Amino acid sequence: MSDIKALNEAVIKGDIQTAVSLTQNAVDAGKKAQEILDQGLIAAMDKVGEKFASGEMFVPQMLRSAKAMQECMKLIKPQFQEGDLTSKGKVVIGTVKGDLHDIGKNLVAMMMEGAGFTITDLGVDVSADTFVQKAQEIEPDILAMSALLSTTMPGMRETIETLQKAGIKDKVMVMIGGAPVTANFASEIKADAYAPDAGSAVIEAKKVLGIT
Amino acid sequence: MLIVGEKINTSRKRIADAVEKRDASFIGKVAQSQARAGAHYIDVNAGTFLEKEADCLCWLVETVQSAVDLPLCLDSPSPDALIAAIKHHNGEPMINSISLEKYRFSSLLPVVTRHPCCVVALCMAETSMPATVEERVQVGSDLIQKLTGQGIPIEKIYVDPLVQPVSVDIRMGNAILEAIRNIMNDFPGVNTICGLSNVSFGLPSRRLINRNFLALCMAYGLSAAILDPCDAELMSTLLSVEMLLGRDEYCENFIEAYQNGRLTKA
Repeated sequence: MSDIKALNEAVIKGDIQTAVSLTQNAVDAGKKAQEILDQGLIAAMDKVGEKFASGEMFVPQMLRSAKAMQECMKLIKPQFQEGDLTSKGKVVIGTVKGDLHDIGKNLVAMMMEGAGFTITDLGVDVSADTFVQKAQEIEPDILAMSALLSTTMPGMRETIETLQKAGIKDKVMVMIGGAPVTANFASEIKADAYAPDAGSAVIEAKKVLGIT
Repeated sequence: MLIVGEKINTSRKRIADAVEKRDASFIGKVAQSQARAGAHYIDVNAGTFLEKEADCLCWLVETVQSAVDLPLCLDSPSPDALIAAIKHHNGEPMINSISLEKYRFSSLLPVVTRHPCCVVALCMAETSMPATVEERVQVGSDLIQKLTGQGIPIEKIYVDPLVQPVSVDIRMGNAILEAIRNIMNDFPGVNTICGLSNVSFGLPSRRLINRNFLALCMAYGLSAAILDPCDAELMSTLLSVEMLLGRDEYCENFIEAYQNGRLTKA
């Protein structure tokens, strides 16, 4: 089995020690950092996301895999020149105004990062104006919003309306999720995508951006 | 142990459909089955109806109270919906919930001081969710002091320690349990309450986890729970734990449940 294949499996298993030593081996053997990243780490996290979305894997396992990837990244990051690291796209994410819940939002951010997206996390209690201001500043491919309370869901609609007023609704894909959020609500407020969980968030993000 | 029956919540599809169609007979049956299973309060939650939440909640209050002779737990993060619903309620409801979040606190405080009611004090800080035992106890203490300072009797206060998933942070289970113990010790007479299912988010076999979590919470002093009283395994756990903790004189309730066929076999 190649080192990369073994690394891939170690990340899926969440075996941090093995993943780190295999990454070090690959770096020492002169493997390209981009190859280690794409085939060893990102491909593994894609698999983790799929298994999570289908109910084969559970939250603690997903966290462990993400941790393994983060530790490996520390070893290969110095290999990349500034700006060299190819990103799948930019994502601005946050929990909407009036809502302090961050667990689901953090899981989504973590899985998106694992899939190769560049994340700007605005935290919790984010107003429509802040979302739009950051969207103008960062020009993300995806604007992702989370809500855990039915009372704060209208904040999603407000953000989309504010994007429209600012004339940038067409320039960004809006994705929403959170326990009370449904696919119906997403289409009602004209969000571009709905993700019921962190694994699906990656799958849906790639779908709306046309990434295979 | 005070039991709040959780089933009338529109996040469950059959309940949402019944509320949509104003099917009073279905809602009434769900209320009655929970009452028969031992609920002391019936929770009503119409949060998924968003803008129509207040209307739906008011309808639920009237519908459930015409089916069962029990007080209700009015369940919403929206002060406006709670304020509307309380006017339709007969007797003393439980208001679920107030927290330190500014709008929620300032708009509900006059309501819970004016109407005789029990109040759930959710350990949510003004701008963040508590993570540790100390943060939970701090927010809980703040809420208890503010509410009793306004003349609310301490035994009408039910502190909810804010249950978070162990799947995300393995220390969460202990943090909740210790918070229950500390709050019960620091404020004699106060109650603690929680829902069970958040603890098992992201894990398999959730009902098993929820049941065992209930037993642990009870051992740490939890005095009320929001749960499905029609879940025979859960209620068997509850009854046996009450007995083991010495709160069921002559094991009367446990034996009676057995004789009525309400205990699970194993």
